[in-house]
Amino acid sequence: MAAAAQGVMRRPPLRKRLAARGLDGTTLLVLPGIALMLALFVYPFAYGFVDSITPREGPWFANYHTFFTDPFQYRTIAATLWLALPVTIINVVVAIPIAFRVRLMRRQRLLTTILVLPVTLGTVLVADGLLNFLGPQGWFNRTLMLAGILGAPLKLTNNYWGVFASLVITGFPFAFLLTLSYVTGIDPAVEQAAATLGARARQRFTRIFLPLLLPGLAVTFCLSFVQAFSVFPSAVLLGAPAGSTRVISIAAYQAAFEQYDHSLGAAIAIIMGLVQLVIVLAILGLRPLFYRGPVAGTKG
Amino acid sequence: MIRDQSLAARLWRFAVWAVVALFVVNLIGVIAAVLVNSFGTRWLGTWLPAAWTTRWYFSAWREFQLTPVLIVTFEIVFTVVVISGLVGVTSAYALARRDFPGKRLVVLAFLLPLLVPPLTYGIPLATLLYRIGLGGTFWGVVAANLVPAVPFVVLVMIPFIEQIDPRVEQAARVFGASTTSLFARILLPLLLPGMLAALLLVLVRTLAMFELTFLTAGPTSQTLVVALYYAVFASGVRAPQSIDAMAVVYMVTTLFWLVIALQFVNPTQIVARAKQRTADA
Repeated sequence: MAAAAQGVMRRPPLRKRLAARGLDGTTLLVLPGIALMLALFVYPFAYGFVDSITPREGPWFANYHTFFTDPFQYRTIAATLWLALPVTIINVVVAIPIAFRVRLMRRQRLLTTILVLPVTLGTVLVADGLLNFLGPQGWFNRTLMLAGILGAPLKLTNNYWGVFASLVITGFPFAFLLTLSYVTGIDPAVEQAAATLGARARQRFTRIFLPLLLPGLAVTFCLSFVQAFSVFPSAVLLGAPAGSTRVISIAAYQAAFEQYDHSLGAAIAIIMGLVQLVIVLAILGLRPLFYRGPVAGTKG
Repeated sequence: MIRDQSLAARLWRFAVWAVVALFVVNLIGVIAAVLVNSFGTRWLGTWLPAAWTTRWYFSAWREFQLTPVLIVTFEIVFTVVVISGLVGVTSAYALARRDFPGKRLVVLAFLLPLLVPPLTYGIPLATLLYRIGLGGTFWGVVAANLVPAVPFVVLVMIPFIEQIDPRVEQAARVFGASTTSLFARILLPLLLPGMLAALLLVLVRTLAMFELTFLTAGPTSQTLVVALYYAVFASGVRAPQSIDAMAVVYMVTTLFWLVIALQFVNPTQIVARAKQRTADA
């Protein structure tokens, strides 16, 4: 009897033990969210993976074999990279000096509000606008011809450059706003200290800001790249969806919803995810080389 | 602040602002081109249309059946907002207040749908929804749109809830508040600003969410942006001015809510959601 009582004393009830590990009624509130994510995100992914290795006919890797032996299909990877990589590099590289200027601006709000417009309105609207704006009679060509830069209008829609322009219009503000949020997170006192010690603007940037900023830039690059890589509406509307801008998302969509081969569609979607993952991991793999630490100045 | 006044520095500053100005001018040009075309009668080979009219709006409204499309759009969007608000805020509350085993994994499960682009997971998701008979229906579109919406609410709300001192809740308990009154009289008023911001952003994002809706929508569950895509895709069938009028309707609908959302959030927040967590993951 006494031993049993002692045992109970030594072992608090299950409810208490769970609560001590952070599991109680409040924790259970997370369950609906988890259930939703499992049902709508994790399970479809697993389903898609199994679907991709159970083709209509042939061995389990038949879909992947089809994709990598058909030039019409596997060339979409190169076509997509050829769009996404230059656009992302331009967007991120141009965003850095601009973010450094805008950081010093007192009234940033107007500029950031204008720049958030294309991000919010999305690629469909931008594509519709660009079809007119970049067209042979559009304002862009007219202005260049008026300025005497061009003799005849450039063909900028229904080809590579149309999609390129739409990715810049929606991607640059995204990269810029993300970079700006990282740049403003750096304590200005750090720069002032460097300046006091005699560092020039260029030195302050390369020796102080850039190392502090690199981890954030890596994330910005990854997010911008992943977005550009999954370009779909503007590649159809502004590009040549059967030719130079037949990007991988078009291939996946056509396989799944035009040829009704959902197994092949899932396989292409997984290949698309894997290519993104490879690039993202390559960028994040560089992170051990970067400085990691506080971005605020210390006391004293 | 620290200003370098040498010629090179001035040139550099000028170049930076020139790039900004060039971008903004082109951006405004793109949007203005849609707007001008939707009000123009004939626009061929001139700077501006020959004359102005509003008749394209009437024909667009009729041809694209914008009344039912708008009704469906708002039904879908508000359903997504309500469900993601309920599920997202409760999940965020648990994640902000408790530290439990496997929490990192749960946070990752909420983070991934925001990092993986919609088309990558949209295709298997849409296939699955069609398999179980939800594809092409109202609830299929809602389900697909919840995938980015719930994590978005969770990640916006976690830091917001963390900054509310838990001792406020404990004090209410000490004074005998029941769970219901604790929620209704203490938590809800404190959470309201954050919830409003998060839900308005979800609203704007769902209105503009093309990919997931496009993959899952049927003829009766199209939102405005998908209807616009089909109109632009089949251009040549309708007058381009009519399509642009529809684009303006879409633009006004989205911007209306964006302007309201911007009363509560900073524009950078729309993009840089949960950046700290992204950096850690």
